[in-house]
Amino acid sequence: MAEVVALRDAVAELVADGDTVALEGFTHLIPHAAGHELIRQERRDLTLVRMTPDVVYDQLIGMGCARKLVFSWGGNPGVGSLHRFRDAVEHGWPRPLELEEHSHAGMAAAYVAGASNLPFGVLRGYSGTDLEAHTSVARVECPFTGERLAAVRAIRPDVGIVHAQQADRAGNVQLWGITGVQKEAVLAADRSIVTVEEVVDELVPRPGSVLLPTWAVTAVAQARGGAHPSYAAGYSERDNGFYLRWDAISRDRDRFAGWMRRHVLETSGADGYLQSLEEVA
Amino acid sequence: MDYTADELMAVAAARRLRDGAVCFVGIGLPSRAANLARATSAPDCVLIYESGTVGAKPAQLPLSIGDGDLADTADAVVPVPEVFAYWLQPGRIDVGFLGAAQIDRYANLNSTVIGDYDEPKVRLPGAGGAPEIAAWCREVLVMLRHSTRTFVEELDFRSTVGQGDGPGSREQLGFTGAGVTAVITDLGVLEPDPESAELVLVEIHPGVTIEDVQGATGWDLLVADDLAVTDPPGRAELEALRSLKTAAEEEGAVVG
Repeated sequence: MAEVVALRDAVAELVADGDTVALEGFTHLIPHAAGHELIRQERRDLTLVRMTPDVVYDQLIGMGCARKLVFSWGGNPGVGSLHRFRDAVEHGWPRPLELEEHSHAGMAAAYVAGASNLPFGVLRGYSGTDLEAHTSVARVECPFTGERLAAVRAIRPDVGIVHAQQADRAGNVQLWGITGVQKEAVLAADRSIVTVEEVVDELVPRPGSVLLPTWAVTAVAQARGGAHPSYAAGYSERDNGFYLRWDAISRDRDRFAGWMRRHVLETSGADGYLQSLEEVA
Repeated sequence: MDYTADELMAVAAARRLRDGAVCFVGIGLPSRAANLARATSAPDCVLIYESGTVGAKPAQLPLSIGDGDLADTADAVVPVPEVFAYWLQPGRIDVGFLGAAQIDRYANLNSTVIGDYDEPKVRLPGAGGAPEIAAWCREVLVMLRHSTRTFVEELDFRSTVGQGDGPGSREQLGFTGAGVTAVITDLGVLEPDPESAELVLVEIHPGVTIEDVQGATGWDLLVADDLAVTDPPGRAELEALRSLKTAAEEEGAVVG
């Protein structure tokens, strides 16, 4: 059964240095507050997993939390490069970053395999590309037809972290809108943390929602606004202006460090972070 | 009406979308062109963004593939593994719309790295959905600005197969789709030759010379005998295109 706890305590208890951690979110419901907590608690040597690492992974990488990144597309959506990610790969700053890179289709299959307790996912993919030589893909033969297919090793994170709209007091979780691979990230992981906009007395089912029962989640923590600058449908809108501003903030090492100090290291929780942004606006 | 090279490029791409076509759309130039088609010649085309929004009808251009407007206006929002496994891989999607950092004469694409993979000069975002989009969509349209940095003799990294190593390549890889059928640039349009699979300049934009295109291409460019000149954008196309803005652009922010 999931415990409803403070985010700081969930991260302290469930995420250790050296862990493989997947903070998932496909543009929507990105768990920024949890990422910030990893930075405040100075987690190190993490293997970070995410299909679409964007700003929060740029922040984790730039603050030296990550040893390795498993991913399929790393950029600032609609804006351009992730400058901290690039600096780590191109110049080893603040430390070198090992890469394992996939296509989206491959990584999605690897998550499904992880959630299904299978050793690998299977797809028709990677063929003819240079990716195949640079990632963990193998070919397997279909036992029925003899067709050669791509196999990707299952993703089994130590900790899966996602953001959702709601949980009830028993720790059942509901998310809706674009739900990406969040269900898979939680079910593939050994332990999980779900941050939520709101803890409610009763979860009212929404059309097309994903429900994670309390017995499939390790910890739930309230973090209202905890997806910012991403959003939670029904609670907030995507702060597109922030993504545009991040390009300049993250381009320079010192400006980035100053920003992280002011808005993450010297603040507490999603509330403190959001308040610090209002103070400079 | 005056127009820019980028506007002509968007119009030329939009004209290639058949009404009713199911399109897998990336952000940036492809999203602009696909939404222009939806606003003009192809009102019933179905836009799928890889966030899982199927049949999205955004009122404004989205900045990201997962803007709230895409989900709110979609016929259905499906989980991401389903996008690739159920919708793309079986070949249900007509047109994939891709960009890239580099392209070669067989329309293979690089979106991974400039320079050596292990010691890159420029680390790019990566392949994302492109390898399987190019494998399984019935056809693929590529949109790129023309320059010798982009149109290269040899890719630094092959992220995505267009026509592979030439005739028979795609069949050998087991791909069902036709691969890249057109490359739309700010100078003209290239299509693979039916025999050799090599890109041929088939259309040139008004005011552009063959020398201009050759000068911006890093290999000896083949030019079609019956080279056409692109029809300039009409007033309706330009007005529709200019009314397509992202919310950020409407607020006066600079995108880039």
